[in-house]
Amino acid sequence: MEAGRRSVSGWTVANVVVVLYAMVPVLWIASLSFKDPSTFTDGSFVPRKWTLGNYAGIFTNADFVRGLVNSIGIGLISTFVAIVFGTMAAYAVARLSFPGKRLLIGVSLLIAMFPQISLVSPLFQIERALGLFNTWAGLILPYITFALPLTIYTLSAFFREIPWELEKAAKMDGATPFQAFWQVIVPLAAPGMVTTAILAFIFCWNDFLFAISLTSSDAARTAPATISFFTGSTQFEDPTGSISAAAVVITIPIVIFVLFFQRRIVAGLTSGAVKG
Amino acid sequence: MNGGKGRALTEGQRAERRLGLWLCAPAALIMVVVTGWPIVYSVLLSLQRYDLRFPEDKAWIGLSNYATVLTSEVWWNAFWVTLLITVVSVAIELVLGMLLAFAMYRAIVGRGLIRTVVLIPYGIVTVAAAYGWKYAWTPGTGWLAGLLPEGSAPLTERGPAIAIIILAEVWKTTPFMALLLMAGLAVVPEELLRAASVDGATLWQRFTRVTLPLMKPAILVALLFRTLDAFRIFDNVYVLTNGSQGTGSVSISAYHNLIGGLNLGIGSTMSVLILVTVAIIAVVFIIGFGTAAPGSER
Repeated sequence: MEAGRRSVSGWTVANVVVVLYAMVPVLWIASLSFKDPSTFTDGSFVPRKWTLGNYAGIFTNADFVRGLVNSIGIGLISTFVAIVFGTMAAYAVARLSFPGKRLLIGVSLLIAMFPQISLVSPLFQIERALGLFNTWAGLILPYITFALPLTIYTLSAFFREIPWELEKAAKMDGATPFQAFWQVIVPLAAPGMVTTAILAFIFCWNDFLFAISLTSSDAARTAPATISFFTGSTQFEDPTGSISAAAVVITIPIVIFVLFFQRRIVAGLTSGAVKG
Repeated sequence: MNGGKGRALTEGQRAERRLGLWLCAPAALIMVVVTGWPIVYSVLLSLQRYDLRFPEDKAWIGLSNYATVLTSEVWWNAFWVTLLITVVSVAIELVLGMLLAFAMYRAIVGRGLIRTVVLIPYGIVTVAAAYGWKYAWTPGTGWLAGLLPEGSAPLTERGPAIAIIILAEVWKTTPFMALLLMAGLAVVPEELLRAASVDGATLWQRFTRVTLPLMKPAILVALLFRTLDAFRIFDNVYVLTNGSQGTGSVSISAYHNLIGGLNLGIGSTMSVLILVTVAIIAVVFIIGFGTAAPGSER
């Protein structure tokens, strides 16, 4: 009884430490975003003078709003394509035997570990030659490419958990392999696909290197890149408030995903990466 | 009858092979087109003098870009800084990640809570978090800078700036490491730990003699992923120092040459060298994996 109570309080302390670890840096940037510009330099963790002015500022900033639209559009399209193609490939990897399977797994693994910077110079040149530079497609292509290994790994791990017999039963009832896939496996795999889609979207949403290298204007520049170009010329001299408010805004979708899909994200990250 | 059945089977196998290839084709095509040709092109660019500001000077110059980069102090400085950041942050992450993995796996209260909050550093946009760290350490503005002696500006001094880059990197990626390690903890059979405990093994002995050896594959995978990821560090350095005071990583150097300097030849050379380094690190790890390499059939 005594030992039990001690370990409960021990875990409570551990929980508090973990929560502080994860939340303090996030709360700090949130606090900064609510500070009145005259109090930026007070060094206080909690705002002494609250304002919503920083948020009003960024949402009247056409570049930032456009950046958000670009981020959402590019992220959703890339995620959708990566999920469709990734599902097909992951199903094949998990269920079918065909030549070149190990090659596909190997190539995906290589791409997952690939240093993105090594693609920046050739893509910069190739995209300028093809007219893809500074367009949505110019970012969507590399995003799909880097999201695919993640999708294939995570989904094939999920697919392996689905009982084979169901598919066999469907085939015995006269379904073609494609019908067995589409009508039996896909509904069972839907939770895994949602998880994978979230992970892929987080990847696209997070990217910065391609976003600043393969764009030159707000035609395709995504929000993280837009933020790094805030100079503050529009709002006093100091971009601190706008940058903080914008940082909070682009963190909100992540917080929503985490709150609603915590279990699935954990399952996705742990199954895909280790079982490979 | 018998022969017909055998034929049907091979027919089925052939259909399965065909389906497998068709299902993989779009994914494989995109991955190969977007990375394959650019890699070749990048090697070709690295063999040329090609500065977009002086396009008429373009010429094939063999390996002399490599000679330029490999004798440049800036490159080697960036290389060692990147290696330092990689080794130190991955080492810290391994220890912290292991503690965090234990907390997430074993906690008897609030397990859902901590599993939820650790996903926030994992998911947050690196650039957003990096600005948080930057302002936290900016004299006058930051709550952390206020804890330092008067007049210190850590982000403008090399040592402290690298330490802050490592801090930002560790904060953001420890949860990912912890999640991978937690998956490894899950493969350790509970009975084995209980048996060891009955035999009088202490907590530490159970960890080093039972848990660690069984977790080795998970640890190696986590280390491989994080090492290669840390080596390409870009966002945190870009926001925190943008490479000033000799704090640039190799990715930052290559970026500055490519996009800032528009020097495609030198930038591509650096890109190729980074790729080669990453490949060497991966090979070393995979030799360490032995049979536990990801992608090998279980």
